[in-house]
Amino acid sequence: MKVMIRGNESIAYAFKLARVQVVPAYPITPSTLVPEKISELIANGEMKAEFVPVESEHSAMSAAIGASAKGVRVGTATASQGLALMHEVLFIASGMRLPIVMGIGNRALSAPINIWCDHQDMMSQRDTGWMQFYAESNQEGLDLGIMAFKIAEDERVLLPAMVGIDAFVLTHTVEPVELPEQKDVDDFLGEFVPHYVTLDPQNPATLGSFGFPEHFMEFKYGQWIAMERAKKVIDEVFEEFEERFGRKYMKVYPEFVEDAEIILVTMGSMTSTTREFVRRLREQGKKVGLVKLTVFRPFPKEELREILKNAKVVAVVERNISFGFGGAVYAELSSTFSRMKEKPKIVDFIVGLGGRDITFNTLNSVVEIAEKAMHEEVDEVNWIDVNKEAVLKAEGLL
Amino acid sequence: MNYEKEEFFAPGHGLCAGCAAPIIVRWILKLAGPNTIVTNATGCLEVATTAYPRTSWRVPWIHVAFENAAAVASGIDAALKAKGEKVNIIAFGGDGGTVDIGMQALSGMVERGHNVLYVLYDNEAYMNTGIQRSGATPWGAWTTTSKVGSANPIGKLRPKKPIAKIIAAHDAPYVATANPAFFNDFKKKVKKALSIEGPKFLHVLSSCTTGWRHDPSKTIEILRLATETGLFPLYEIENGDFENMRITYKPKKFKPVEEYLKPQGRFRHLFKNPEYIKKLQKDVDEWWAKYGKYYRP
Ligand SMILES: Cc1ncc(C[n+]2csc(CCOP(=O)(O)OP(=O)(O)O)c2C)c(N)n1
Ligand code: SF4
Ligand SMILES: [Mg+2]
Repeated sequence: MKVMIRGNESIAYAFKLARVQVVPAYPITPSTLVPEKISELIANGEMKAEFVPVESEHSAMSAAIGASAKGVRVGTATASQGLALMHEVLFIASGMRLPIVMGIGNRALSAPINIWCDHQDMMSQRDTGWMQFYAESNQEGLDLGIMAFKIAEDERVLLPAMVGIDAFVLTHTVEPVELPEQKDVDDFLGEFVPHYVTLDPQNPATLGSFGFPEHFMEFKYGQWIAMERAKKVIDEVFEEFEERFGRKYMKVYPEFVEDAEIILVTMGSMTSTTREFVRRLREQGKKVGLVKLTVFRPFPKEELREILKNAKVVAVVERNISFGFGGAVYAELSSTFSRMKEKPKIVDFIVGLGGRDITFNTLNSVVEIAEKAMHEEVDEVNWIDVNKEAVLKAEGLL
Repeated sequence: MNYEKEEFFAPGHGLCAGCAAPIIVRWILKLAGPNTIVTNATGCLEVATTAYPRTSWRVPWIHVAFENAAAVASGIDAALKAKGEKVNIIAFGGDGGTVDIGMQALSGMVERGHNVLYVLYDNEAYMNTGIQRSGATPWGAWTTTSKVGSANPIGKLRPKKPIAKIIAAHDAPYVATANPAFFNDFKKKVKKALSIEGPKFLHVLSSCTTGWRHDPSKTIEILRLATETGLFPLYEIENGDFENMRITYKPKKFKPVEEYLKPQGRFRHLFKNPEYIKKLQKDVDEWWAKYGKYYRP
C-alpha cells in the first residue's frame, strides 16, 4: 500500500509492523512525532505495545534496556541532545548485547543550539557499539527500520542498531512510501525470540555484573566479533528483503562508478541531490561517480576498497566534524586505504552543518576542488559554503 | 507461600563484615520469594555481590548504571505488562543512587505509577567510591568530601534530604522508613509494600562499618540507637496523605543522641564542642514535637 508519510512516521510504522512490544521515549525536535505517532497508534487500537513516557532520554534508554532484558522487542527514537544524554547507557545496551532499535532524527548538537540536520549526533556515538544505518528517503527509513530488527536480533549479532533519518529533510517531509503488508513483515521477521539470557524467575540469571580485568576484554572481543559478523548478516538480510519486497539495499551503494575518476561519497538525504548533480555531470561527459554509505557501523571497509580503488579522487562529502582532525567518514575511509599500495587521493568536504542547504552550488565547489586534486595538492579538509572571512576576522586572524 | 526458610541471597559476597546491606536484602528477598526480578544501582551492594562469573543473587538480577535503577525497573514493568506476566520488581539503590544522581529517574518512575518496590539502603554516603558525602549524609558527619579541619570543625554542614517525604509528596501509594534493627516493623512494612499495586518506596537505614567507623559487631546495636534516639524515626505515609502519616514506633524513653553518635568515628569531632551535640538533640526534639502526634501504633 502506498502512503504519504513523514520520515518520523516511517520509524513509527516500522515499529508497528515489527510488532514492537515496548516503546520508552522522550520528545525532542525533530523526532517528537515518533512517540506521538506511537501514542496515537496505541490509543486507537492499531498497535499493541506499552508506551513508557519517560522523564528523560537517559531513562528512555535505561527503560529500553530493562524491557529488552526481560525479553521483549523494544524500539525508541531520539535525536541530537537526547542522543548525547543517552551516551552513557548506549555502551551498556551494546555491552549487554540487547537488540534494541532506535530511530534518530539526525540533528546538530549545541552550541549554538540548532534543530536542523547534520550527522554529528550519530557520528559522536560511533564507538558505543551500536550498528548505524543512514536513510536517504522515508522509504529507506521504514525499510531499514524493519531490517534493523532482523539484523540486531540475529543470533550471530545481538547488537543494538540506530537508523538515522535527516532532520526535517526527512523527519518532517511527506513522501510516498510503500507500506508493506503486516503479514509479509511477520513472515520476514518471524516471531520475536530473544536469543539471549533474559530476566526470568524460572531461570534466574545475573545480568550486568562486575567484570574484572581477567574477563573484561573477552566481553569486548565478543562485541568486536559480533560487529564483524554483522557485515555478512546485513548482506543476507538486505538480500532477503529485496527478494520479498523488491527494494534493493547495499551497505555501500555505487552509481556511475565504473570509469569514474572522481567519486563522491555521501550519506543520508544529501545523496538524492548529489545523484541528480552527478547525472548532469555525466551528461556533460565528466567522469564522476557516486557512492552512498548506508551502513556506517560496521564500517564496510571491504566494499569501499573494492568500489573506490580505481578512482583518482574520492571526495567525502559529510555533515559532521571532529575538531582537531576532520570529518569522521574521511578519517575512517583514509585508514581503510592505508594498507593499499594503489589508492585514490581522499579529500574531505565539510558541508551542511546545522541544516545549511546542500545545493548544486555546494557540490560544484566540491567537484572543483576534487578536479584540482587530480593534478595538484589541495587541503585535506575543506569547509564548503562557509563565510570564512567573517570567522577569521572574529578570531583576529584577518 | 512463605519463603522465610529459603535463601535467595547467597553467602560468599564481598560486602564488609558488619555491613547492614546484606541483612536488608536477604530478608526482603525472603519476603518477596522467587517470583521476583531485582534491579540494582551501581554501589557497594552491586559491586560486591556480582563479581563475574559468580553471583549472590538467586533471583533474576540486573545492573545497568548508577542513576537509573528506577528507569530500568520501569522498562521491566512495561515488558511484564506487554507479556501479561505478574512478577515482583524490586529496585535497590544506595543513597547516592537514590537521593542524588538517581532522583530524577525515581521521581519519573513514581509519577508514572510503575508497579515497583524501590528500596533505598541508606548508608548516608557514597561508600563504594570511598565515603564521599551525599544528599543523605547527616549534619555533622565527617566524610572524605565533608572533611573536618580548623576552618570547618563540623563536617557536613547541611541536613539529610527528606527523601521519604519527597517521594510521599508524589502521592505514591506507599512510602515507609524502616530499620532492620526493628525487625518486626521492617518485615511488616516490606510485606505491606509488596501487597500494594503501584510504586512503593522503602527508606531503610543501613549502617556501614567502614564509613561510619564503627565496630563491625555493633551494626544492629547502632541501627537500633538511630531510632531509639529519635534520629531515624519509623513511619509510613500512604497516597501522599501526610495528615494520616503513621509513626509506627516511638521509644518509651528517648535515648540522648550522644549514645548513637559516640560509637561512630564519623561523629567523633562533634564531641569537642557540646554545642554541636546540643544542636543535634534540639533537631530531634523539634522533629518529635512537630510529628510525635502521628504516633499511631
Ligand atoms: C554516572 C556515574 N557517576 C559516578 C559513578 C561513581 N560511583 C559509583 S558507585 C558511587 C557511589 C555509590 O553511592 P551510594 O549510591 O550511596 O551506594 P553505596 O556505595 O554507598 O552503597 C559512585 C559515586 C558512577 N558509577 N556513575
Ligand atoms: S563500605 Fe560500607 S556499605 Fe560498603 S560494603 Fe562495606 S560496610 Fe557495606
Ligand atoms: Mg551510600
